[in-house]
Amino acid sequence: MDSLLNADRPPVFCPGCSHDRITHTLAKAFQNMGLRGDQIVMVSDIGCSGLFDTFFHTHAMHGLHGRALTYATGLKMAKPELNVVVTMGDGGQGIGGAHLLAACRRNLDVTLIILNNFNFGMTGGQFSATTPTDAHVGSGFLNCLEQPLNLCEIAKSAGAPYVVRCSAYRSDLADEIQKAIQYKGFAVMDIWGVCPGRYTKKNRLTPKMIEEMLSRQPAFDGIMPDNVRTEYGRNYRKLANAQKPAGEPLKIEAICNPPQVGRQEVILLGSAGQRIITAGEILCLAGLTAGLKTTQKNEYNITVLRGMSVSELILSPEEIDYTGIEHPSVIIALGQEGVDRRRDIFDGLHEDTIVLQVGGVDVPPSKAHIHRADLTSQSIKNPDWALGSLAVLAKMDTVISQDMLKAALNIRFKGDTLEAALKMVARVEISA
Amino acid sequence: MASSLMEGNEAIARGAVAAGCRFFAGYPITPATTILNNMLALLPTLGGVCIQGEDEIASIGFCLGASMAGFKVMTATSGPGISLYSEQLSFAVGSEIPIVIVDVQRLGPSTGSATRAADGDINFLRWGNSGGMPVIVLCPVNVADCYTLTIHAFNLAETYRCPVFIASNKEIAMTRESVNMDALKIPAIVNRRAAPSDRPFLPFQTDKKSQVPAFLPIGGKVLVRQTSSTHGANGFITTDHSEIADMLNRLKNKLQTTVNKYSFHDFYNCPEADTLIITYGVTARAARAVFKELGQRESPVALLILKTLWPVPESMIRNAAKSFKHVVVVEMNLGQYVCEVQRLLPDKRVAFLGRMDGRLITPDQIKEAISNG
Repeated sequence: MDSLLNADRPPVFCPGCSHDRITHTLAKAFQNMGLRGDQIVMVSDIGCSGLFDTFFHTHAMHGLHGRALTYATGLKMAKPELNVVVTMGDGGQGIGGAHLLAACRRNLDVTLIILNNFNFGMTGGQFSATTPTDAHVGSGFLNCLEQPLNLCEIAKSAGAPYVVRCSAYRSDLADEIQKAIQYKGFAVMDIWGVCPGRYTKKNRLTPKMIEEMLSRQPAFDGIMPDNVRTEYGRNYRKLANAQKPAGEPLKIEAICNPPQVGRQEVILLGSAGQRIITAGEILCLAGLTAGLKTTQKNEYNITVLRGMSVSELILSPEEIDYTGIEHPSVIIALGQEGVDRRRDIFDGLHEDTIVLQVGGVDVPPSKAHIHRADLTSQSIKNPDWALGSLAVLAKMDTVISQDMLKAALNIRFKGDTLEAALKMVARVEISA
Repeated sequence: MASSLMEGNEAIARGAVAAGCRFFAGYPITPATTILNNMLALLPTLGGVCIQGEDEIASIGFCLGASMAGFKVMTATSGPGISLYSEQLSFAVGSEIPIVIVDVQRLGPSTGSATRAADGDINFLRWGNSGGMPVIVLCPVNVADCYTLTIHAFNLAETYRCPVFIASNKEIAMTRESVNMDALKIPAIVNRRAAPSDRPFLPFQTDKKSQVPAFLPIGGKVLVRQTSSTHGANGFITTDHSEIADMLNRLKNKLQTTVNKYSFHDFYNCPEADTLIITYGVTARAARAVFKELGQRESPVALLILKTLWPVPESMIRNAAKSFKHVVVVEMNLGQYVCEVQRLLPDKRVAFLGRMDGRLITPDQIKEAISNG
């Protein structure tokens, strides 16, 4: 197997740069593995590590700073058979820290080679996420203020199953790279090296010193037994295959007749937790069973189970344009918060609007006809008031008929829920 | 006639699947989250992939990787997420990576109001990439549009190798509506053009016939290079001024010279009217109610509903507006697209009606704006 190094584009690193050494070692690892270029995609970051993809006869994707792992994830999920090799610098670990953590947690079969030379080489030797606090760098005194990241400890605690920390000058580096690529899961290599263009101009750092520094640190030499687990992609495909297909959207035939001719507008005013949106959906479905066009426009706050909930429903034989409601046929007042939110609408109500007042909610004065429905005395609990109110409307033969409501419930619910809902709407009385 | 009850977001998800989308990644954000939910229900059992990214930057990054591997991809978010997408959008624009991006707009600026609507991102979508290259932005009015325009969006992304936005809005996305799926006009599905195998592949090479390079996927037999750096036809960095100029002019021209092929719009003409309403998105529904109402009276109006916002369909708008004295532009923001209309129609009186308080512009407000014209 020939080297995958691109003879037309030899590496252009500064003389003495450890990246140059790693480039050739990576090519050797590919060669030892017998890989063809089309079996590999090199995904590179920004900065000097971002040049890597151009030196190899492989597939290549070079993108934005810190984001190499994001492209790698998409590529690997799309083409599981590809060897995805990511080169990033120490700079990329800072700006792309969230992606490193997520990649460790995910455990997709991607190899991350971190070319760690303790500074931003290309932009002028500024401090990076791994710069020692006592180094002299292009960011003045700022690196003295920030603790360097221990990338391998972070990778391990985030769940990476394979973590190596080593020197770029290690004689068996090609074997180490090969093992990392062949590991079926997320493999991180934190490779320490020298940046002669910037870092070692002001700081003394030699291959020997790197060896000594590494020997004083806990070893990371491959498999992290506590983190070993099924690879993400394999697991994904297994779980995905076990899902039930979503099916086509339900098509509802017109089987009922609407009780009124023309456009009907209904507003449900309530509180979160009162199943306002579900009741609105049921009213729409009831409309569909009578061949009507319907819209359901909802308003609620970001809070869950607290605050107002408003649903505006239109049922019409004609196409519905504007989805807001200004002249409702019916207002169902179920909760004070909803009524307060739409207090302004009551002023303009006509005599032909019915306000269904449920549970003693305080309703602003208006010309509308007030119909009080006492659902509590019928042993209907607050979360069922919205559906109970639809049952009252159906019994009044207003907007929807009882047949329409029953048909809608049969579409929306199943099993015990359906039985309970049908029973409830059957026993609701139009209390005055 | 059997109808389904569906919200806009579900229609977008189903449209995407119908268009051949098999990769979706997104990050939860109201009011776009139900697109993620729907894709998660739809894709895995079709052999597709749906992932929740660690953030928006990752989500769109996953999509760009998968698109380069040959998948049709989509992501969805709202204004705050579009902000985070920006660097990756520039990558997709400059490196010609097909992707469909849904912006379910909510009231901004910034985190704004998660559950309230506006069309505040219209200029942001156009100008949100570094370099200022054109993008395609389609804008649905209702659930039916959500389905069909999503298919068009994929077709355009594949044809022109570019990001295509769907500028939706909370009031379409999370409003349920009856829709007869069997009556929709579904466009034929388009796939990206594969590079011929009888000559060496250069990833950004174009010929006289097309302004768009042919595609081969990363991971195939032929080696493919992709890069966010300024590149030549071979996908390597170039410093050649004329090569750079050619590439960037091509990125501009491939969209700006072709917009007439995909300038989707509804024109409700009315020769006896003085006034033309120009609008888009959910606001078009109020405008259509006004058009119908005033059509029954003595002072009718004409109505132009734009469904392709960017590139600006300049000749279409000029032609449509030709015979009208007054133009009223109605937008759910404080004035964005109106600047384009004013630019195109310097000889006409162009009035503006906008609203940005989380509520829909009402038919009454539009009628008032017409009479104040």
